[in-house]
Amino acid sequence: MTVTTETQAIGATRAAEAPARPRFFTWRRFTTPIVVVVVLALLLLWVSTLQLDSIEQRTLNWGYITLRVGEHLSLTVVASALVAVLAIPTGILLAKTRSATVRNVILAIANIGQATPAVGVVILLAILWQTGYTTALVALVVYAFLPVLRNTMIGIQQVDANVRESARGMGMTPNQVLTRIEVPLAVPVILAGLRTALVFCVGVATIATFINAGGLGDMIVNGLKLQRYPVLVVGAVLVACIALLIDWIAGFAEDLLKPKGI
Amino acid sequence: MSESTATGITAIAQHTSGVEIVLDQVVKVYPGQQAPAVEDFSMTVAPGELVMFVGPSGCGKTTTMKMINRIIEPSSGSISIGGRDVLSLDPNELRRHIGYVIQQIGLFPHMTIAENIATVPKLLGWSKPRIAERVDELLETVQLDPGTFANRYPKQLSGGQQQRVGVARALAADPPVMLMDEPFGATDPITREKLQAEFLRLQESIGKTIIFVTHDFDEAIRLGDRIAVLSDRSRIEQFDTPANILAEPANDYVASFIGHGAALKRLALVPVVEATLGAAVGTSGAPTIELAGNLRDALDVLVLTGLPAVDVVDEHGRAVGSLSVDRISAVLGAELPGRTAGSRAGAR
Repeated sequence: MTVTTETQAIGATRAAEAPARPRFFTWRRFTTPIVVVVVLALLLLWVSTLQLDSIEQRTLNWGYITLRVGEHLSLTVVASALVAVLAIPTGILLAKTRSATVRNVILAIANIGQATPAVGVVILLAILWQTGYTTALVALVVYAFLPVLRNTMIGIQQVDANVRESARGMGMTPNQVLTRIEVPLAVPVILAGLRTALVFCVGVATIATFINAGGLGDMIVNGLKLQRYPVLVVGAVLVACIALLIDWIAGFAEDLLKPKGI
Repeated sequence: MSESTATGITAIAQHTSGVEIVLDQVVKVYPGQQAPAVEDFSMTVAPGELVMFVGPSGCGKTTTMKMINRIIEPSSGSISIGGRDVLSLDPNELRRHIGYVIQQIGLFPHMTIAENIATVPKLLGWSKPRIAERVDELLETVQLDPGTFANRYPKQLSGGQQQRVGVARALAADPPVMLMDEPFGATDPITREKLQAEFLRLQESIGKTIIFVTHDFDEAIRLGDRIAVLSDRSRIEQFDTPANILAEPANDYVASFIGHGAALKRLALVPVVEATLGAAVGTSGAPTIELAGNLRDALDVLVLTGLPAVDVVDEHGRAVGSLSVDRISAVLGAELPGRTAGSRAGAR
């Protein structure tokens, strides 16, 4: 995680004391979307020069691709949202719990979820439960839970003890210290965890195809099985582009949501 | 919250200038430790008094101070502020009426200076216009321009400026009592001296009851109305005015704490007017010393010029007399009569 120092612009004379806020809209900020657009344009150009056979035509058309991209995005976004809703409160509770045992047990469980290969989690769940979208979703949540949980916990714990003490010393109740001081100060770290989770999910969602839950994994696997490389390449490039774009949007959101002054 | 608690808080909150603080046989024993961190600590601090706790690191001075606002809960004993038993009040409510400044300042990095200062008034439910007015007033008090600083973030301020904000924040709800834990400890010597001078001026106008913890004896002499020299387990070795402690340290421990140059330190506390002045010399062009100055400054001039005497001038620049080394020494000698019983009253 990179921590960019960001402060409000306060005039050049004080630049030595506090670096002026970097410009928000720079070329660098738009590198990712520009690259993605160029790559997609080249892909389109390349595909349009190909003679597609009937199998390829069934896959490489706008309707099919939009459907798969939609499924993929839906899996990713819904899973990440669920992770946020579940892992952030758990992380806060874990950071506040006095029992080291509880903390270690929950961290161990989350670790297992992450350490098991994603394919394993998806397929095990499908065997134990059912195939389809919901199972893929659950598997994704299990898989992406740890980074958000851990970052929330660390984010809260790393709040300067002096800041916490002065908050208490001024008469804030423990809840006020949590909501007004600790959580806002943990936001950058929590967001970094969510960003990691989102990118994880984009990648792992390709596996959903194995349990019949759709997504761009369908294109990749079909392309491989049927030896139709244009299909494979389009699927793979699309997944990569989605991952890049989502990471870019998350980075953008991080900068916007991060409290000023830190 | 019980009714008695509510009235207790109100009683403390009503005061804006200092109230009495009484600690009676306060003990703190940390669980799992045999020796108490604070042993049987008793002290009465008069309203509007600035009491310095001086002692080496780990002697329990900070622990003692933090029991007053219950950041640390005492194991036994009683503490009262303005006649109200602190231990029977809701700790969060209590802390809103006690100013608290710590060495690391602990400003909230994600809040502007104005928001930082507004913390306690907001907790107390003040109206927005009242808070805004108070914030501006306080920034002026600590000599920071509200227009420039109100909307900045702590990171954009220098250490000295942050410390001033820390003091302003502690003063926000005009509490009768302030607890300060080495508030100027982390600043450079020049800034520290400036902050100390400002702080003294401020205290003159606000008259809070202040407990001020430091390990710097010179700071204690400079600021304190009375100094409590503490040793292990927060034992009071001597509790007296700076002049009395310098003139007559109660024991070797206190003497070692004063260190070298006790006489010079004392001279800094004695205003020129207390000396018996000789006739004015009237050497033209020679440096003079003002009546409002102190004897150390006068001695400084004597040493620097090598003259036998320096003229003392009043606020209009008229020479009203002169000071020589002999006359300065006489003042110290005159202050030496046998110590009063009161000077060891606090010691146990």
